[in-house]
Amino acid sequence: MSQTTPAPHGTGAASAFDGQPPAAPAGDSLTRDAWRRLKQNRAAMCSLVVMTLVVLACLIGPWLTPYELDEVDWNAIGTGPDLASGHIFGTDVNGRDLLTRTLHGGQISLSVALVATFVSLVIGVLYGAVSGYFGGRTDNLMMRFVDIMYSLPFMFLVILLMVVFGRNIFLIYAAIGAVEWLDMSRIVRGQVLALKKREFVEAAHALGVRDLQVVTRHLIPNALGPVIVYVTLTVPKVILLESFLSFLGLGVQEPLTSWGVLISEGKDMMETAPWMLLVPSAFLAATLFCLNFLGDGLRDALDPKTR
Amino acid sequence: MTSSPSPSGTASSLPPARNAADQARADTLTRLGLAAEAPGTPPLMEVDDLKVDFQLPDGAVPAVKGVSFTLNKGETLALVGESGSGKSVTSTAILRLLPELAEIKGAIRLRGEDLLSASTRRMRELRGNRIATVFQEPMTSLNPLHRIGRQIIEVLALHRDLKGRAARHKALELLEQVGIPEPARRIDSYPHELSGGQRQRVMIAIALACEPDLLIADEPTTALDVTVQAQILRLLKSLQQRYGMAILFITHDLSIVRHFADRVCVMRHGELLETGTTHEVFDNPQHAYTRMLIDAEPAGEKAPVAADAPVLLSARDVRVSFTIKRPLFGPKVAFEAVRGIDLEVRRGQTIGIVGESGSGKSTLGRALLRLLKSQGNIDFDGVDIAALDKSGMRPLRSRMQVVFQDPFGSLSPRLTVGEIISEGLRVHHPELNRAQRDAQVCEALCEVSLDPGMRNRYPHEFSGGQRQRIAIARALVLKPEFLLLDEPTSALDRSVQVTVIDLLRDLQARHGLTYLFISHDLAVVRALSDHLIVMKEGEVVESGSTHAIFEAPRERYTRELMQAAFAPDLGQAHH
Amino acid sequence: MLSYTLKRLLQAIPTLLIVITLSFFLMRVAPGGPFDGERRLPPEIEQNLRAAYHLDEPLPMQYIRYLGDLVQGDLGPSFKYKDFDVSELISQGFPASLELGMWAILAALLIGVPLGVIAAIRRNSTADYVVMSTALAGIAVPNFVIAPLLALVFGVLLGWLPAGGWNGGAWQNLLLPVVALSIQQIAYIARMMRASMIEVLGSHYIRTARAKGLSEWKVILRHALRPAMLPVVSYLGPAIAGIITGSVVIEQIFGIPGIGRYFVQGALNRDYTLVMGTVVFYGALILLLNLIVDLLYSMLDPQIRYDD
Repeated sequence: MSQTTPAPHGTGAASAFDGQPPAAPAGDSLTRDAWRRLKQNRAAMCSLVVMTLVVLACLIGPWLTPYELDEVDWNAIGTGPDLASGHIFGTDVNGRDLLTRTLHGGQISLSVALVATFVSLVIGVLYGAVSGYFGGRTDNLMMRFVDIMYSLPFMFLVILLMVVFGRNIFLIYAAIGAVEWLDMSRIVRGQVLALKKREFVEAAHALGVRDLQVVTRHLIPNALGPVIVYVTLTVPKVILLESFLSFLGLGVQEPLTSWGVLISEGKDMMETAPWMLLVPSAFLAATLFCLNFLGDGLRDALDPKTR
Repeated sequence: MTSSPSPSGTASSLPPARNAADQARADTLTRLGLAAEAPGTPPLMEVDDLKVDFQLPDGAVPAVKGVSFTLNKGETLALVGESGSGKSVTSTAILRLLPELAEIKGAIRLRGEDLLSASTRRMRELRGNRIATVFQEPMTSLNPLHRIGRQIIEVLALHRDLKGRAARHKALELLEQVGIPEPARRIDSYPHELSGGQRQRVMIAIALACEPDLLIADEPTTALDVTVQAQILRLLKSLQQRYGMAILFITHDLSIVRHFADRVCVMRHGELLETGTTHEVFDNPQHAYTRMLIDAEPAGEKAPVAADAPVLLSARDVRVSFTIKRPLFGPKVAFEAVRGIDLEVRRGQTIGIVGESGSGKSTLGRALLRLLKSQGNIDFDGVDIAALDKSGMRPLRSRMQVVFQDPFGSLSPRLTVGEIISEGLRVHHPELNRAQRDAQVCEALCEVSLDPGMRNRYPHEFSGGQRQRIAIARALVLKPEFLLLDEPTSALDRSVQVTVIDLLRDLQARHGLTYLFISHDLAVVRALSDHLIVMKEGEVVESGSTHAIFEAPRERYTRELMQAAFAPDLGQAHH
Repeated sequence: MLSYTLKRLLQAIPTLLIVITLSFFLMRVAPGGPFDGERRLPPEIEQNLRAAYHLDEPLPMQYIRYLGDLVQGDLGPSFKYKDFDVSELISQGFPASLELGMWAILAALLIGVPLGVIAAIRRNSTADYVVMSTALAGIAVPNFVIAPLLALVFGVLLGWLPAGGWNGGAWQNLLLPVVALSIQQIAYIARMMRASMIEVLGSHYIRTARAKGLSEWKVILRHALRPAMLPVVSYLGPAIAGIITGSVVIEQIFGIPGIGRYFVQGALNRDYTLVMGTVVFYGALILLLNLIVDLLYSMLDPQIRYDD
């Protein structure tokens, strides 16, 4: 363990304190350390930029394009990319502008990702933290439950839910979130268990610090790292899940669309209108790539041992 | 200064025998035909101006800066230094097992052959064969998925072409030589079925399998208990006499060196400061650093307090047990860490609790401070704290504080030093405003001889010794009466240990503190405490005044501990 | 070992029961029935049909009846494919799915593991970067995107391989689907193997092996490979589940007559018994395979011997 700056050693007798607190320059927090390391990772930084662009495009894009989501352009049915006509990425078989549809689809795919990840984060963190902090029999039971849940063929049950209750977008949010919280709870529980044993937590107990403050001041800030990495890696998994469902025809319903739906439509037309497949695929792939790079970069920044 | 050839009529190049033990050793060597070397015989190994630099992205970091020494056949050379001295890097360089980013210059000659310019293939022929190694971490140095026998036979098959029954026979022989009980059964065990000491013996068996010329022992006993340490060192010594190999012994522990090595090299920051025979270096150190290391053996004594001093903490029949298996159905399996301990601490005393790992001393300390659930009576200044719940304990906590062993783990990594120290103030003195808290933090830092201007820095920006001072400051800021010190110096270099021990003495004198000092290090305990408790497997073996126990230990276990720590019988007579 | 197997089998039963019960009640509770969407049937005929399918009995009774049938291996008749029993449909489709899945898992292991090992040995070199970036692509691009692209390029544009169809399992028809199905798992396994190998190569017992004078290859093959594989082995469970899930889509795209295709059709047609039957079947299959993986793991790692 090296020091970043040589600090004066105390040797011999203690110096007297004259009552006037001297100036104290701020040190190098671990967060700043990690941020610096992340900035050096060019792949991760690039991904961050690209991601931001994609998100911005999906958010404001639909207002900027000359066409509506389901506006049919009778002059351009199933035509390829053509800058002159304003259909930058072409149209689909119904004459709807592909770019607009892709951006709208992006809104749905990304919002599903965010909401579902948030749901899984909340449930997972609470469940894992409680299980880890209390330990003992409670922990045993709670984790046994998670184990049983793990062995269920989740994808199929989600599909079952879709079939039974219809393709409601809120249900999709909830169902996907319910699939991912298991992993999150395991991670949080692992973190809490490891941190509980650390001596600085014991020291806090010895000082008489209240449980709630121990959790907020000591446990959570130190557990955040892996949780953040995991969240960044969960988002692409969720997007994939939603696209998978939509691809099968079990995802969002008309008039809403998502990347999965677009890809499914595109696959049917790939011989005659390949842009219908390529454009949404490119958007999806780019987003997933960037998120994974970012997640990897965060993991390396927060824990530089495993490079 | 290397040993000069004997002027006597014998052809031996050994230093003149000083006493019976030396003479016995000389006789053995002569008998083995190892002493019959004419003066001027080239040494077994020569390290010539060795330089190692690590090429890191920020620049080259020098680890070894031009080190030269020699090692003779059958000799034990100790490479001594604190952390960062470059001693381990030197030994790893001999094996050519340093990572890619290490740049090595200079020469290392084994019987005249330069190892640094040898081919990879030649190095592989030598490793495990002519040069063998025993590493520091016995718990993780064996492959967990292979049986013990297989790991020993591997070396025999590789270098001696021994297979099948002959190999197994030899492996059994080796296991017996290193003192593994029931070798026929153990040979098929997995590493996790053996204790740390036994695993180290297996490592030694693997190292000796091909009867190497040179054994590199890199801190082989650091991770082991004191009594086991002595056993392993004794084993190494006897095996050395039997096989006539040279040992390069790397350590930070001077007390071992005194009893184990023939010659000593002292290293610091990658440089070789001093070298000579053990006698020469210890009796007449040339370099100030060497002198400092030798003096850093804790010294002094603590005077006992008056017999009628008020009792601050008393405990009766304290028991702590842990559940190690809690199946969903069936009874729990419990482990009793502390089995009915009685204890009395008077104001101003320093009670030392010594024991090896698993003795329950740390558990007892934590139970007394109510950091663990326990049974039995615990009284603090007349208040029965065993019966108190968390909120009942809280006001008392400012009077009884703790300093832990691990300077790296006991400070929260995401808080500044100031926040760490002032946390206790926020709990116990909520009436203080920020400026007042700040002033108290500065005062606490000054008391432990740290610059208060550093209070906005983070723990990872400080050294181990400094972090321990911060931990002490955190405890002190609440102005406690009682301090539990759980191995506070064990993770520190000796030279840093001394400063922390001085600080603790100083603080006790100034503030009239009462200490409960837990340690496995007898030297430190002797210097700091006035009353001593020896623990083993959760029970008290012996207790009494420190002076009395060190003078005349009554119990056998206590005697074993003392002998292992201070005068291990390793076949040398150097004191 | 035997007692552990029995214990795990017993543990699997409640899980299976949950799956069955959930599917059952969900299906029964769902709006619309198997007879919607077809011609409006006269009430009496509908009544008779409902009685024939036992849909007029109280729910708990239907449940018990269903369980009883299940134990006998009877998953009920398909509502859509009127002439067939669900169990017949599943046994018809199983061979194709099995072949596809088996090859995919084999590919994942036989390609993923060596790639990961190579990337770890040549850490931070060009080879490492290439392998890891390709792996990232495999994770980031979903198989339902890769599959049509593969079909487009190799099937339509280049014409080297058929773009679909099963042809009794000829290798030309197997190749593209297996590739599409296994790419994601190859990527996961390669990354995991790399990380695990790097960690193992830094451990103390590897240092001991090197100090014995073993050649680097022997060190890797004899000492590093097995411990490094352990995390990959425990990942096999989720990997198999992933392949089964993915097969649903791949069979759809390439027109392979496996169970997955029936499943999707059943879901879209609200063919309750078919969907339920498939879910139960897959659930049992995954549980069985997880058990095998656990036993395999315990055989590889002596520290986790379940008996003593």
